[in-house]
Amino acid sequence: MRSRGWPLVTGLLVAAILFPLYWAVVASFTPESRLFAAPSLVPRALVLDHYRALFGGRDFWTPIRNSLIVAGATTAVSVFLGAVCAYALARLRFRGRAPMLAFVLAVSMFPQISIVSPLYLLLRELRLLNTYAGLVLPYLTFAMPLTIWLLVGFFRQLPPDLEEAGQMDGAGRLRTLWEIILPLSGPGLATTAILTFLYSWNEFLFALSFTLGPERYTVPVAITLFRGQYQVPWGQILAAAVVATVPVAAIVLVAQRRITAGLTSGAVKG
Amino acid sequence: MKNLRPSPVTESWRRGEARLGWALTLPAFGVIGLVALFPILWTFWESLHLHDLRMPWLGRPFVGGANYVEALADPRFWSALAHTATFVAVTVTLELVAGLVLALALDRGSRARGVVRTAILLPWAIPTVVAALVWRFLFESPAGVATAVLARLGASPPTWFADALAAWVPLVLADMWKTTPFVALLLLAGLQNIDRTLYEAADVDGAGPWRQFIEITVPMLGPALLVAFLFRTLDAFRVFDVVYVMTGGGPGTATEPIALYTFSTLLQNLRFGYGSALSVIIFVMAFAFALASIRVCGGNAFQDRSA
Repeated sequence: MRSRGWPLVTGLLVAAILFPLYWAVVASFTPESRLFAAPSLVPRALVLDHYRALFGGRDFWTPIRNSLIVAGATTAVSVFLGAVCAYALARLRFRGRAPMLAFVLAVSMFPQISIVSPLYLLLRELRLLNTYAGLVLPYLTFAMPLTIWLLVGFFRQLPPDLEEAGQMDGAGRLRTLWEIILPLSGPGLATTAILTFLYSWNEFLFALSFTLGPERYTVPVAITLFRGQYQVPWGQILAAAVVATVPVAAIVLVAQRRITAGLTSGAVKG
Repeated sequence: MKNLRPSPVTESWRRGEARLGWALTLPAFGVIGLVALFPILWTFWESLHLHDLRMPWLGRPFVGGANYVEALADPRFWSALAHTATFVAVTVTLELVAGLVLALALDRGSRARGVVRTAILLPWAIPTVVAALVWRFLFESPAGVATAVLARLGASPPTWFADALAAWVPLVLADMWKTTPFVALLLLAGLQNIDRTLYEAADVDGAGPWRQFIEITVPMLGPALLVAFLFRTLDAFRVFDVVYVMTGGGPGTATEPIALYTFSTLLQNLRFGYGSALSVIIFVMAFAFALASIRVCGGNAFQDRSA
């Protein structure tokens, strides 16, 4: 089945996939006046104007900080609670495990929009609109099912007699979890944390609904709401797009094998 | 049991295990109950009320099914639903086909697999709004690169985002670009699970590549294709980010999907009762689809892929 044509096809497909990103990166370094000049694959004048405007005039650090805090906190909370819960679901025998897993799967299929109205009213009541907690709580609706589901898969792959070994040493279940299972699950925990962070970093609908002002906008919301005085400030928008992509690209570069494994092992939403 | 101690599997030990199981799952399920289950029930309750945040003096009277009756008679609701259904049908079909081609290419023709995988993971991993902005830039009129290249080739490209029909082209392309890699990776995992000896046997029997593809690859990929189909369908059904960023549902409401209409009803018009009724309708449709598909897969497609 191996033929000479396929590497060429692959190369062309990869080039086509990367082209929009290449074009955006080049444009982010192109002077505003030349953005829509006759297109050419090789860039001519390259300038840093848009990046200067982004961090000088617009204070793009604020949305970056907001996104890091919200995505980081969501990841920490959901991986911790998810690991404890997934351990029980994967390795303890008790009634109700199967319905619990089915419930987790069901919640992961909730369309986000269908809980926007109650969450808005709830957060308003708790005075949590436009706060970090007011984003982390809604983010747990997708982060918790994701972490539980992935980690159940990882914990099940560990050899079945680890707990017995722990018991022989006289360690209780909890200490076994802490001292044997978790250290052995490093790769699984890392993959889960990476995917949760990516989903939280990219989330848009909740962030758009539950933040009210630029001081709490996350990166996706801030970019979307960029406005120029007279026209769309494309240079700055694309510079911001590049900045938002850099951490993601770095993660993908370092962890592409893990991400692929996580995506294709657990039933993860796309 | 190899050790000399009494077998740990006694009644009290087992009860202790059950108690621990419940204790460990409680925090996570408490959180899920608070942020997901309780809200969805609230959405149902809210949808039975007239609740307009712009008119607080009206209070929040119970109106029964009035919001649902209004939805059934609302042409904008029906056209949003039709837009969503069309978007799902078109994008999922194209993404499955393109994903299969990409998966085959990755399986057959890549030496630098790590590099290639990184390249195709990038669109999947970046924020959807970033992808949408990039594609909007490509299709800007009159001088976005797609427009300019088409013009140079002698075509007369439409003013993409001002045309009710043409506006769908960049939307669909952006969505394909963003999600085809996910489909391809799922299918690639499926491809790599196919027993190579099947192809060797087919070679011996003199079956050509096309027959091998139709009679071995496609049937063996069945489960992976089904899972990709289910997840893409559920995801495309709730499409929001791409449309919000690229067209805002426009021109007019020509590209407005149901999630965007619901969002505007809630957070722009502040009609929480009616918006909640729309939310419930979306929820019920997504859930019915999910239940039906779990029945089709027998649940196993979801359970066993990680084992």
